[in-house]
Amino acid sequence: MLSVYWKEVNSFFSSLIGYMVISVFLIMIGLFMWVFSETNILDYNFATLEQLFSIAPLVFLFLIPAVTMRSFAEENQKGTIEFLATKPLTDLQIVLGKYFANFTLVLFALLPTLIYYYSVYNLGSPPGNLDSGGILGSYIGLTFLAAVFTAIGMWASSVTNNQIVAFILGAFLCFFFHWAFSYLSLLPVFSGGSNAFIAKLGINYHYSSISRGVLDSRDVIYFVSMIAVFILATLTALSRRKW
Amino acid sequence: MSLSIQSLTKTYGAQKAVDNLSFDVGSGTITGFLGPNGAGKSTTMKMVSCYLSPTSGTAKVCGHDIIENPLEVRKHIGYLPENNPLYLDMYVKEYLGFVAGIHGLDNKTTRVKDLIELTGLGKEQHKLIGALSKGYKQRVGLAQAMIHNPDVLILDEPTSGLDMNQLVDIRNLIKSLGKEKTVVLSTHIMQEVQALCDRVIIINNGVLVADDPIESLSNRIKGENKITLNLTNNKVNLDALKRVKGVNSVRKNEEGIIIRSNSDIDVRPKLFKVAIDSGWVIIEMKKEEINVEHVFQKLTKEDLYA
Repeated sequence: MLSVYWKEVNSFFSSLIGYMVISVFLIMIGLFMWVFSETNILDYNFATLEQLFSIAPLVFLFLIPAVTMRSFAEENQKGTIEFLATKPLTDLQIVLGKYFANFTLVLFALLPTLIYYYSVYNLGSPPGNLDSGGILGSYIGLTFLAAVFTAIGMWASSVTNNQIVAFILGAFLCFFFHWAFSYLSLLPVFSGGSNAFIAKLGINYHYSSISRGVLDSRDVIYFVSMIAVFILATLTALSRRKW
Repeated sequence: MSLSIQSLTKTYGAQKAVDNLSFDVGSGTITGFLGPNGAGKSTTMKMVSCYLSPTSGTAKVCGHDIIENPLEVRKHIGYLPENNPLYLDMYVKEYLGFVAGIHGLDNKTTRVKDLIELTGLGKEQHKLIGALSKGYKQRVGLAQAMIHNPDVLILDEPTSGLDMNQLVDIRNLIKSLGKEKTVVLSTHIMQEVQALCDRVIIINNGVLVADDPIESLSNRIKGENKITLNLTNNKVNLDALKRVKGVNSVRKNEEGIIIRSNSDIDVRPKLFKVAIDSGWVIIEMKKEEINVEHVFQKLTKEDLYA
């Protein structure tokens, strides 16, 4: 598994992909947080990282499927999956190797935003006057969200040999699982009590819940099971070749 | 037996790609695996290398079952897939190191170095795989298949698309490998089979049609020679030729007049005489030995003389 992991990580950073992902993420977040007049912290007068945590899911929505789209679609298209699948590796090792490599790249994009935390911490009056617990919770929530998006994107990549299809399918499913359930729950049809249940199916509900700084086991279980479901689905897609 | 295939069957819908195929291959042999396009060669090789699962039947590689113990099988097998898929954005050394890592080899660097030397990649070892010519890519494919020193090598069309010099190099390499390992290679170049293989297995429509040592294969249709005759005007009455003693059949096709004769008599002088007597002018007369190519055609085609 480690060989596959390192091979994938190397291929991100020996090509433009890795640097593109990291810089696009940081530039977009940076613009929203420090430059655009509607959202920038300096005019906001509150020492908070709210902007980061509300915009990051949007940026991840298209960035993560872009990272994961080549995972299996490229291998399927070039036939290298036949090479990989006939080496002494289990399908699970291949999938997890790739999953963690994709996730590593996403974490590398997220990591530099800790500098924003440091800046805002020092900008507070007095310095340090911000809700560190809430921010920690939000980071944990964002990491879980990225992990789920990665699993969704990788599954989308495993069902096709076309990277564009993989990207669009991945982005759509990320959107669907993150926002669609919260908005669907607001429809009058579901007002008879099922709306709370429907909202809980979406990522957004659990993300906001963790962001409040409360690490609830129900949210953790939700995220972990979402990841597991999509990794299992990827495994199934991979073993489909044998049928 | 290093490789033992036991009533292997693979069906796609109603189509039987491989139908109840069984054979054994011992070590130290090079086996040519032949068949027309779509005969099921690649499907068989993919099943043996655990890429596809058989519909029924099984195969054993060095005693390990492909269904029950696929990981062990993959450790003992070196597989070069058809069209040689490679990661074009990796460097040769990096790629071989990666493969060595997958196999969990301890002596990674020395193995990579050995393989680069063995496959003659010395000059190209610092290049990107995508920048290599087809012949060198093929060598990289062979190197990755052999890096863990497997007992069984499955090579799916290892020489397709190579130029003459590369062809000779790769064949020599395979030949030297075949001395100690079990090599099964598929190809549709018949000369290659004659040059390389100790044994030939021919399948057609997924069914085994021949399994013979290379020497005895040609015995299957022994007793006939093929003579191609071309006259200035081929549109003549061929009855006179048919009457020559020893001639079994006479046909015309785009190559000329095709005469099949018993191999124990040389009918050429008599054919010549008939031509002179009839006032024909011979511009070509060619006698062909029966070779693997003919056996192949005979076994995989309904009508050999068509």
